[in-house]
Amino acid sequence: MSSITGVALPEETPSGGQPKPLDADRASTGRLGDRIFGGAALGSGLLIVVIVTLVAIFLLAQAVPALSKDHANFLTSTSWVTSQPMAFGIAQLLWTTVASSVVALLFAVPFAVAIALFLTQYAPAWLARPAAGLIDLLAAVPSIVFGLWGGFIVAPKWAPIQHFLSDTLGWIPLFKPTAGITGGNTIFFVGIILAIMILPIITALSREVFAQTPTTHKEGALALGATKWEMVRTAVLPFGRPGVISASMLGLGRALGETIAVMMIISGLPNGAKWTWSLFNGGATFASKIASDASEFSGGLSTGAYIAAGLVLFILTFVVNAIARIIIERRKDFSE
Amino acid sequence: MAKRIDVQDLDIFYGDFKAVEGVNLSVEPRSVTAFIGPSGCGKSTVLRTLNRMHEVIPGGRVQGKVLLDDEDLYAASMDPVVVRRTVGMVFQRPNPFPTMSIADNVAAGLRLNGVKDKKTLNEVVEKSLKGANLWNEVKDRLDKPGAGLSGGQQQRLCIARAIAVQPQVLLMDEPCSALDPISTLAIEDLIHELKDSFTVVIVTHNMQQAARVSDQTAFFNLKATGQPGHLIEIDDTKTIFNNPTEKATEDYISGRFG
Ligand SMILES: Nc1ncnc2c1ncn2[C@@H]1O[C@H](COP(=O)(O)OP(=O)(O)O)[C@@H](O)[C@H]1O
Ligand SMILES: [Mg+2]
Repeated sequence: MSSITGVALPEETPSGGQPKPLDADRASTGRLGDRIFGGAALGSGLLIVVIVTLVAIFLLAQAVPALSKDHANFLTSTSWVTSQPMAFGIAQLLWTTVASSVVALLFAVPFAVAIALFLTQYAPAWLARPAAGLIDLLAAVPSIVFGLWGGFIVAPKWAPIQHFLSDTLGWIPLFKPTAGITGGNTIFFVGIILAIMILPIITALSREVFAQTPTTHKEGALALGATKWEMVRTAVLPFGRPGVISASMLGLGRALGETIAVMMIISGLPNGAKWTWSLFNGGATFASKIASDASEFSGGLSTGAYIAAGLVLFILTFVVNAIARIIIERRKDFSE
Repeated sequence: MAKRIDVQDLDIFYGDFKAVEGVNLSVEPRSVTAFIGPSGCGKSTVLRTLNRMHEVIPGGRVQGKVLLDDEDLYAASMDPVVVRRTVGMVFQRPNPFPTMSIADNVAAGLRLNGVKDKKTLNEVVEKSLKGANLWNEVKDRLDKPGAGLSGGQQQRLCIARAIAVQPQVLLMDEPCSALDPISTLAIEDLIHELKDSFTVVIVTHNMQQAARVSDQTAFFNLKATGQPGHLIEIDDTKTIFNNPTEKATEDYISGRFG
């Protein structure tokens, strides 16, 4: 606090800016301790690379034969037949996975940012601590509890709201009612439950970066005659932006891969029904599909089809993280 | 464009701790007043009460009056946000908004005031940067981040940002203490020019600087450690440096103290 009146404080390090290793410092690298530490670090690094490579090779070796026997287009087909003759594609899985996760983000991020701003900028200290603890507690709730709660307690209550939405917004393809879906167990609803599940992590990380906003930035805004909210907009939000983005991507990663809760909540496509663009439809995500069919894996080729789907999920998550990195990097010269 | 400041019987607190006691002083419009004194005696604290930045600190409060042309800044009806738009401030460490470009930094205050017109903004950006003697150095990279400038340039950017909203008074808290001698000279020259349009109050720990830039100097000191700081005397800079009334001032100026 004393930095406010100009008493010198050590330089604040903005988040994300890691100090560079002293690579010019070649001193005492030959001592035993240094050699052991250096060797251990190098060894662990190599080990990770080897493990990842082996896993990738193993998965590819399983997936490729199945893919070569696939009579449908793996990327664009919406069918999933893994008995001979195989005809499987990921289009529907991809849609359900991405759609439910995006819905989750759209709900979770604004809420998380608002909560984090409230806790760091507005709430008095006596309230901020317990409230933050409560939200962190939410992160400790196991997925299966969310699955039970969402699927069996909330979904029936959600159904009337969903009927209302599809009645009023049904002319938009995304909100078209689906024949055969009467309960609340839809992609959209899964998105809402996923939003609750990823809220704590996004809130916690956003809270951390907002709290680190240097006092000098905040005072700079206030001294220009900014109101509290204007100060938040000119100093706190821009400073926290890269952090919020990476927090959201972490949340998205979790939502994309969430298995058990989705599996318990979402209903399958109604019998005989076609896949549609509607969010008020059932379906399966990559993870829920693989998990719910796991007991029926029969032999190499059919398993390979699921492994191929799993690989796509892996690539998807990887791309999401890469995009987050790029966004953060691009903002970097503006944020230190 | 410049107003007179009158401080009357001002006590300043951090929670229960009384940091400064019984300050009375007046500042003429279009003049430069320097605050000097040993560190910890409350110079920054007093300065920050002149634009109500003191109360930003939890527990920060004051008793007494600060008048700006007879208007009490601490009157119940007075909005601190309005006060800060009238009394601008430059901090010890240059603090341009890191996510904003040079031009956006200067325009930030105007944008807060709701000015959206591109042409007006561009004009004010140019005028303020010229006013801060920075225009020639940055005119080709107005859209680059302000954080990429040198420390001295950043500080002049902050001055440009502060004068862009046309305040009545400009407060500066040791604006050169983080800068090299050349940048310091550039800022001191600038203060001479700013005096034509603004009332300037500057805190400095450098007595030569006070002597060079100010018309009037206020000397603050602590009665004893743990006791509140107070104003020893305020007078023409020449008088303070050549013929001060108080012994304590003379001791401090001649380096026998602090
Ligand atoms: N944020 C703060 N909280 C509590 N006390 C403070 C704070 N800032 C300054 N003080 C105290 O107020 C007194 C005056 O400090 P300051 O105005 O910074 O002195 P100066 O600027 O003359 O060096 C000091 O005793 C200091 O410890
Ligand atoms: Mg100070």
